[in-house]
Amino acid sequence: MKLTTLLASAAVALGLAGGAYADGHEKTKVGFVFVGPIGDGGWTYEHNKGRLAVEEALGDAVETVYVENVAEGPDSERVMTQMALDGADLIFTTSFGYMDPTINIAKKFPDVKFEHATGYKRADNVSTYSARFYEGRAIQGHIAGKMTKSNIIGYIGSYPIPEVIRGINSAFIHAQKVNPDVEFRIVWAYTWFDPAKEADAAKVLIEQGADVVLQHTDSTAPQAAAQEAGNVVTFGQASDMGQYAPFPRVSSIIDDWAPYYIARTKAVMDGTWESTDTWDGIGPGMVGIGEISDAVPADVKEEALAMKAAIADGSYHPFTGPLKKQDGSDWLADGEVADDGTLAGMNFYVEGLTGEIPQ
Amino acid sequence: MIWLEKRPQPSRFFAYVTPLLAVLATFLFGGLLFAALGKDPVQSIVTIFWEPLFGEFAFYYRPQLLIKGAPLVLIAIGLSLGFKAGIWNIGAEGQYIMGALFGAGMGLAFYPAESVLIFPAMVLAGAFGGWIWAMIPALLKVRFGTNEILVSLMLVYVAEQFLASMSLGLLKNPEGFGFPGSRNLQQYDSAHNAEIIAGSGMHWGVVAALIAVIFAYVLLARHRLGFAVRVTGEAPRAARFAGVNPSRLILFCLGTSGMLAGLAGLFEVAGPAGQVSIDFNVGYGFTAIIVAFLGRLHPVGIVLAGLLMALTYIGGDIAQSQLGLPAAAIQVFQGMLLFFLLALDLFTNYRLRFGRAETV
Repeated sequence: MKLTTLLASAAVALGLAGGAYADGHEKTKVGFVFVGPIGDGGWTYEHNKGRLAVEEALGDAVETVYVENVAEGPDSERVMTQMALDGADLIFTTSFGYMDPTINIAKKFPDVKFEHATGYKRADNVSTYSARFYEGRAIQGHIAGKMTKSNIIGYIGSYPIPEVIRGINSAFIHAQKVNPDVEFRIVWAYTWFDPAKEADAAKVLIEQGADVVLQHTDSTAPQAAAQEAGNVVTFGQASDMGQYAPFPRVSSIIDDWAPYYIARTKAVMDGTWESTDTWDGIGPGMVGIGEISDAVPADVKEEALAMKAAIADGSYHPFTGPLKKQDGSDWLADGEVADDGTLAGMNFYVEGLTGEIPQ
Repeated sequence: MIWLEKRPQPSRFFAYVTPLLAVLATFLFGGLLFAALGKDPVQSIVTIFWEPLFGEFAFYYRPQLLIKGAPLVLIAIGLSLGFKAGIWNIGAEGQYIMGALFGAGMGLAFYPAESVLIFPAMVLAGAFGGWIWAMIPALLKVRFGTNEILVSLMLVYVAEQFLASMSLGLLKNPEGFGFPGSRNLQQYDSAHNAEIIAGSGMHWGVVAALIAVIFAYVLLARHRLGFAVRVTGEAPRAARFAGVNPSRLILFCLGTSGMLAGLAGLFEVAGPAGQVSIDFNVGYGFTAIIVAFLGRLHPVGIVLAGLLMALTYIGGDIAQSQLGLPAAAIQVFQGMLLFFLLALDLFTNYRLRFGRAETV
C-alpha cells in the first residue's frame, strides 16, 4: 500500500515536472487567505480542512501556504501579493470582503489564478465559488419547526447580507410549513467570529423564550450557551460541531470545500483551469448535513432525510412558490422556483417574518 | 537582596535605550516562543524583520511599510499631545471611522462628477468628522467633568454601529447587488487618494503624517501651546499658575487628536481600502496608542515606532505564509514588545540596587 502510494505520487510528480519547471518551480503552490483563525471550529476551520485535503490528495505535487486572521482591505491585498510573489500558482481568498482586493491583485498577476469565495466579481484569472447553504437551512428549518415547544426560534445573524437573509428565509419557510405558529427572533451580531458576542446573542434569544437557536456565525459559543441552558436545540454551523452532539446540537450544515479545492488545483496542474462561477449545494456535496442525532424523533429525522434526498436529486427546491414577500406582495407563483439571480442578491424577508432587515 | 531605588532624576540614558532593550528582549523571548512551536527562531525573526526591508521582494514591502505605518503615525501624533498633557483619548478608532464616513460620504455625494475640488473637500470633511466625534468627550469633560477615557472608548462602539449602518444603507453601492459596502473610491478618479508616485506607497496620508510630525515637533519645542501641554502633564498645579486654561487645553488636545484620526480614516478609505465596508476599521486607533508610547510620545520616536509596528505586521504575515507560524504567535510577539517596553521603562525612573537596603 505504502509503496503504491509512493509510486503514484512519484508518477504524478514526474508527469508534472515538465510543465512545472517551465515556470520556475517544481511544485504547484496553492495559497489560502483566511479571514478567521484556523481553529475557529467553523468557517475558516473547514476551509483549512479543504487545504489539508489538497495536500493529502496531491501529495508532493503541491505545496500549500496560508495566512489566517487577515483583515479585509489593504492587508488582504498585501497578503495576496506576497503569496503571488512567493510563487503561488493558485490563491483561494475565502471571505466576501476580499472581493475587490482579489480583483485588484489578480490584475497585477495575470499568470496567477485566483478563486474568490462568495463574491460576484470575476475576471479571466478570477473564479468565484460558493455553496448553497440555504439548502441545508431548509432541513434545519424543518427540524426546528418540529422541535420547538415555545414556538420561538432564535436566529443569530452575522451581517444582513443576501447570503444570511437567504438562510433565514429558507429556514423560516420550512419551519412555518410544519408549524404555522412559529416565530423567528433575529439578532444581528455584526461579526462572523466573536465567541463573546455570539454567546451574548444566544443568551438574549434564550431569555426571550427561544428553545431552538440557529446561528450564522462561526464559533461554538452559542452551542455552549445552549448547553448551559439545558433545553435548547442548536445546529452546527459551517462545521459539524459534533462535540455538542447529541444535544444541544442535533444536526449541522457542513461546508465541504475539499472536492472543489482538489479539482481546481488539479485543473491548474494540467492547464485546464478556466474562470467559472460555481454555486453547488447538497447534490454535488459542497453542503453536507451533519448526522441528525437521536434527540430528534425518528419520524422527523426521516422527513428531514427525505427532504435532503429530494434537494440532492433536484426534485425539490427550497424556494418553491407560492411565496409572498414580507410586505405581502407576490414573489413566486404556485410551483414557481426562485431564479439564481434573485437568490444571489436577496434583500427581502418572506411573508411571516417580523422585524426589518437593518439598513 | 535586590531592590529598586528611585532615581533623583529620570535617566535620559535609559529613556533612549529602553526601546532598544525592549526590542532585544522581544527577540529573545519571541525566539524562544517560536522555538517552542517547532520553528527555527533565528529564521522566524529574520523573516519578520529582515525580509520586508532587505529580502528579495523588498521593492514591494518597503512601500507597504508607508501604507501600513502612515495611519498609525498620523493617529499616534495626535494622541501623544493629549497623553503628554494627561488627557486620554482612547477612542481614536471611533474618530478614525467617523473621519472615513464623513470623507467618503462627501466624495460619494458628488459621484459621478469629476472635479479637482472633490478630494480637498473630502479631506476637510474627514478632518471634521474625526474632530466632531472627539468633541463629544471633550465637551462632556469640560462641561460636566466626565471621564474622557470611558466616553471616548464607548463612542468607538457607537461609531462601529454607524459604520455598519452606512455600509448597509445610505452609502451602500447601488450597483452592488444588495451586498454591503460603498462604491469603490479607487474607481472614482476625483475621490481616489492615489499614490503620488506609482509604486512608492506615498499617498496623501503619508504626506499628511509627515506634516503632522513636523508640526507636532515645532509645537512642542517652540510654541507656547506646546509648553502648556508639557507643563500640564508634568505639573498640573504649576500649569494653572502659569495661566494655562485647562478647558481650552482639553478641547485642543482631544480636537487635534480626533482631527488627525479622522484624516487617517479618510486617507485610508479613499486610498488603500477604497470603500466603506462593515469591517473597514482594523484597529489602527488602538494600535496607535501602543505606537505613541513606544515612540516615547516624541514625534520622531513615533515615526520610528509606527514603522516598527508596521514592520511586525508585514513581516508577521510573511512568516505565517512562509514558515507556517500561527497568527496568534505573531500577536503574542507584538504584545511582548509593548510589555517589555513598559517593564523596562521602570529603569528610567528607578535603578537596581544590590545588597541590603540601608535603613535611614
